[in-house]
Amino acid sequence: MCLAVPMKVIEIKGDMAVVEISGLRREVGIMLLDKVKLGDWVIIHAGFAISKLTKKQARETLALFEEGHLLV
Amino acid sequence: MSKDAELNRLAGRLRSLPARPGTRIMEVCGTHTVAIRRFGIQKLLPEGVRLVSGPGCPVCVTPERFIDEAVSLARQGVAVASFGDMLRVPGSFSSLERERADGRDVRAVYSPLDALAQAEGTGKETVFLAVGFETTAPAIAAVALKAVEKKAANFSLLTALRLVPPALKALIGEIPQGDAAAQPPAGSGLAGFLLPGHVSAIIGKHAYDFLLGHGLGGVISGFEAVDIVSSLLLLLAMHEKGIYEIVNNYTRVVRDQGNEKSRGVMAEAFAVADAEWRGLGAIPASALELRPAFAGLDARRRFAIKVESAPPRLGCRCGEVLRGLVDPPACPLFSKACRPDHPLGPCMVSAEGSCSAWVTYG
Repeated sequence: MCLAVPMKVIEIKGDMAVVEISGLRREVGIMLLDKVKLGDWVIIHAGFAISKLTKKQARETLALFEEGHLLV
Repeated sequence: MSKDAELNRLAGRLRSLPARPGTRIMEVCGTHTVAIRRFGIQKLLPEGVRLVSGPGCPVCVTPERFIDEAVSLARQGVAVASFGDMLRVPGSFSSLERERADGRDVRAVYSPLDALAQAEGTGKETVFLAVGFETTAPAIAAVALKAVEKKAANFSLLTALRLVPPALKALIGEIPQGDAAAQPPAGSGLAGFLLPGHVSAIIGKHAYDFLLGHGLGGVISGFEAVDIVSSLLLLLAMHEKGIYEIVNNYTRVVRDQGNEKSRGVMAEAFAVADAEWRGLGAIPASALELRPAFAGLDARRRFAIKVESAPPRLGCRCGEVLRGLVDPPACPLFSKACRPDHPLGPCMVSAEGSCSAWVTYG
């Protein structure tokens, strides 16, 4: 139940943002995180960004996901 | 080094450690339980080392009475919105899935935001089932704030939010627990904790400092095989050397101080309260309830919820599984009367429950 996935912020609209991963887009809340910026990689849980990753960290996580270790 | 090579190297190290009879490590989080069994990590452990499941499956620890309350709401004609994994959980006399099949308005949503949008879109009284731990509670708090801001008059929450540290405190005897106080705590004899990654992203590593006073360490872990195997290596190394620390082994996501902003939003909407846990009993200061200023969002105040009490299910040992006292096969119902396609107890009904993970992944 505590699964969360990294997605990239591509648009900010007030306290909401559009995030994207592999072409999949979703609108999420960003009021639970400080200073969310365009291009940030964030961890999404239940429709909200709850943690920020550095780009390198996001790629590492993504690589793990892409290698088929993703839990769904 | 590629991730697979790294995993093979770490797995080889874990497998080649000398035998350590009687060593038990508790994985607290249900998402870890599934990952461990899915990757087969329990088969890599050195001889004598066992992983036992803890209380970190929200569906499993939610009292049966909560499902009964939700069923009562659905039968009153209220729209019930919930994370999908709650729908199959049997209450005392029905489940939300069964109510939906009988034509009641029960919907699975991905986010509490969707439940609020549903309330706004349909104009119908809509209750969101607020279940989860610290990972999820801030999201639900943020939606509570939004509902107040938007003056959404037909949206409310039925809460069963729980906190992880008090459950661990109860397990290791740090806080006394009703009639169980006379017995040794379930957590005695543990070698350490594999700590939940995304709960820790919110609460930070110092929320677990109380473990140190009990001669217990913990490692905050991510959910990939590399994360879990490396975390177990760290835990076993700490235990062997008698070093007790809380190590953050998921730094790509978890800040040591956690997420202060999320905790602030959570504290704005919710206050800490005592609560009953399925399998663990009553634990003081272990839940979140809406603050008085948000009473208008409290489904228990808004609706008359009548619940008949039912006797506990005979034979189900989920409570002992959740405390790491027995493995699922010790239950007489396990994989016989109680199966993933016909679950009787909460540890089988949730995909993250220990019983379900044992059946599904062996």
